[in-house]
Amino acid sequence: MSMTNPLARARGHGSAKEGVRHWLAQRATAVFLILLTGWLGYAAFALAGADFAAARAFMSHPFNAALLILLVITVLYHGMLGLQVVVEDYVHHPAAEIILHFLIRAGAYLGMAFGVVNILIIALGA
Amino acid sequence: MKAKQRPLSPFMIGPYYKPQMTSLMSIAHRASGVFLSVVGAPLLLWWIMAVAAGPEAYESLVSFFGGLPGRLLLAASLLALFYHLFNGIRHLVWDSGRALEIRSAYAAGWLVLIATVLASAVMLGTLL
Repeated sequence: MSMTNPLARARGHGSAKEGVRHWLAQRATAVFLILLTGWLGYAAFALAGADFAAARAFMSHPFNAALLILLVITVLYHGMLGLQVVVEDYVHHPAAEIILHFLIRAGAYLGMAFGVVNILIIALGA
Repeated sequence: MKAKQRPLSPFMIGPYYKPQMTSLMSIAHRASGVFLSVVGAPLLLWWIMAVAAGPEAYESLVSFFGGLPGRLLLAASLLALFYHLFNGIRHLVWDSGRALEIRSAYAAGWLVLIATVLASAVMLGTLL
């Protein structure tokens, strides 16, 4: 007789082998990105034809720097989730699938770190 | 008995289904998403990096987007961004269980296409 709780046995055995976390995270980041894209549109209008000094001044404002950090992280996370689904759906070769999943994650996390470091350089005036 | 070889995704493209607005806009949503991830996000990072690196790096970014390849890339990125944004809202409405009738799907589809062209034109006119 199994001592496992029935709930523990039931969890993780759907066709996706997981819950709705991935699906929900994709939608949550999408909603977040609608708002952040609105801010990016405002930034584009504010910085159209701007020289270096104006662009730097805009990005070093704490509010803009904070939203830009959020945008970079959210965009890359949303893109990572989307590319994962595309690979799951269209790549039917197991080895290629694992390599692509690794590259997608590595690229997204690298991009996040790279973006945040550069925004902090601007914001802190280093 | 050997299992029958069934078509694997993306079998919707090919001889099994007639192309229609709903399926074409669905695959275009994915294609624009892949384009934004592989091309758009690096452009965003380049812009940030150029402002962090100094006037010379920023000048080379400005001169790249002043040329024809840069303008085409910017236009393609804006089209992909606004399409993915507006069609993404269409998908979120569907996810909430609303507007799932064929008529609404087509009406919202046309709305997305018109909004994409208008928003891209306005933004391109602002930036160039």
